[in-house]
Amino acid sequence: MTEMATATATQPKALHRASAWLHRRPKLRLGMLLGPPMAWMLVVYLGALTLLFLTGFWSQNVLTAEVQRTWGLENYQEILSSAAYRTIALRTLGIAFAVMTTDIILALPVAYFAARVARPTTRVLLLLSITLPLWSSYLVRVYAWRVILSGTGLLNWTLGKLQLGALDIEYSNWSVWIVFSYLWLPFVALPIYTALERVPTSYIEASADLGAKWWLTFRRVVLPIAFPGIVAGAMFAFALTLGDYIVPILAGNTLFIGNVIYQSVGVANNVPFAAAYAVVPAVIMGVYLIGARKLGAFEAL
Amino acid sequence: MPDIRLEGLTKEFKEMVAVDHIDLTIEEGEFFSLLGPSGCGKTTTLRMIGGFEDPTEGHIYLGGSEVTGLPPYKRNVNTVFQSYALFPHLNVHDNVAYGLKRKKVAGDEIKSRVHEMLDIVDLPGYEQRRINQLSGGQQQRVALARALVNRPALLLLDEPLGALDLKLRKTMQLELKRIQGDVGITFVYVTHDQEEAMTMSNRIAVMNAGHFEQVGAPQDVYELPATEFVSGFLGASNLLEGEIESVNGPTAKVALELGATVALPADRLPTRQGRIGIGVRPEKIHIQDASAADASSRANAIEAMVRMSTYTGVSTSYECRTSDGSPVVVYVQNLGSSSVSIGAGTRVRLSWDPEHTFAVKRVAKAEDDGDKTATAMEGART
Repeated sequence: MTEMATATATQPKALHRASAWLHRRPKLRLGMLLGPPMAWMLVVYLGALTLLFLTGFWSQNVLTAEVQRTWGLENYQEILSSAAYRTIALRTLGIAFAVMTTDIILALPVAYFAARVARPTTRVLLLLSITLPLWSSYLVRVYAWRVILSGTGLLNWTLGKLQLGALDIEYSNWSVWIVFSYLWLPFVALPIYTALERVPTSYIEASADLGAKWWLTFRRVVLPIAFPGIVAGAMFAFALTLGDYIVPILAGNTLFIGNVIYQSVGVANNVPFAAAYAVVPAVIMGVYLIGARKLGAFEAL
Repeated sequence: MPDIRLEGLTKEFKEMVAVDHIDLTIEEGEFFSLLGPSGCGKTTTLRMIGGFEDPTEGHIYLGGSEVTGLPPYKRNVNTVFQSYALFPHLNVHDNVAYGLKRKKVAGDEIKSRVHEMLDIVDLPGYEQRRINQLSGGQQQRVALARALVNRPALLLLDEPLGALDLKLRKTMQLELKRIQGDVGITFVYVTHDQEEAMTMSNRIAVMNAGHFEQVGAPQDVYELPATEFVSGFLGASNLLEGEIESVNGPTAKVALELGATVALPADRLPTRQGRIGIGVRPEKIHIQDASAADASSRANAIEAMVRMSTYTGVSTSYECRTSDGSPVVVYVQNLGSSSVSIGAGTRVRLSWDPEHTFAVKRVAKAEDDGDKTATAMEGART
């Protein structure tokens, strides 16, 4: 009886001692807690980014197509001096901004309606219809748009019925813009919905009480308070467009940053150049994130 | 000139009547309180005046013209919200200036009026502070300044002191009253705190279940509660069952269930005959040891037994039971250090002035039924 009692008592005692020892060392505790995720972040993410950046300084042997591990600035020089690569980077940036803006404009009214006007059942249906496309394959959705936008597709059929002529936007930057805008809309709409929903009703009532009509209240109170959330949502559309290479292949006829990288790795086996060019979107994203941080977008996440 | 008039104002929510046909007139410059327990409809009434809720029925007049159905921004009314609802992305100046900017007041005038208003609410020089840098009491003052700076005909306040601690509440109560006197604007104040309502108001409307139980000056509502609910909601009160015995000119006599007969001014009776409740406030009762009673001049007297006496510093409270089991509470101020308290179990004589006696209608149906069965059983036994 007593033996059993002591046997069960020793184990908790050791545990107690260990926990007391840890209790007196808060820094060690913090280190143990934060260690694994920090290591993950450092090794997998920052480590990979650094390697990518460094790989960009290597080069490819023109004759053997082998990677030469000698340091040089050729890749970066080519990217900066070549008009073609600059055009591709600017095109990607332009489409990314266009998609982001389009999605904000499309998402704001829907999100506002869902967050502040709709009754609970309507709200659920709306949010469901926004997120439903995410349950189907990305490729299926892109192909669906190809069908819609093709010369004899739904778009031109509808325009024809309305006696409005026809649009030839199949395989163009227009169709890339439309498909991207469609694909990323849920990612933009949901954060905006959350941001608008979090604006307390009493702020809106107070604004009306102080003499502001609906539009003024929206502009002076709702929008500024929800703004960080809007920037956060827009970030998804921007970043996802910047990195995608499948939509330009399937729906477009021009190259984007992603295509250049994809071809450099897959076709030309020029990993160093691909790495150097991959630094371009990373830098753009870095600048964007600094801007977003200034606007307070991270406080809203 | 009446500043605000409500006529048959009603608000129905799904399967529930929040406000039930209320009529009310508030005069210009009044400090008027809507007092009642939570869910009594006081906030809904305020929100209808402010334009945040549309009444199901009835009319609202402000300064003589009807505003029913108008949106808040078209009413010359401002509100201090329970949560203050200060805009977090604007500083103190921009919060206070918000209403003036919407009215397109000139920039210089906005500046001077904001400045002046911050002086009035005792926050001079706070223009550039951010809202989250302010304490609860300071936020409350900014909310008040933001509403008052528009010089509304009427200011609505929805439990504005609810979030403050007790000491700050007391200070702000007096402060609010001072500011109201300074600006001379009609205040309609919603609270569930009877002491707060009595401290600040010219008149109080006691609300219960969507209707007004009584409207009157604090003294009237406290001293002469019209209903059982009011007598119970405003402070402690003692209610005894009785039947009207006779009405003789200005004086009425009521036979209490417990045996004694008490007198009170006849105009206080809710009915001319039948069963009523007779009430008296605890501090109005004189308590004496029954053996040493001097049968003083106070005309109304009953016998009771002390069950517990509690010393609370300022006063001593006695919980007594009458012969029929009704509880009676008595407060006695602790005037001298030598005052000997009366212990539990002592038989006492409780007496009070007929002037301090009030009468309320008996509405508690269930109790009446219970009484009937009791008498029926007694009848059966005899």
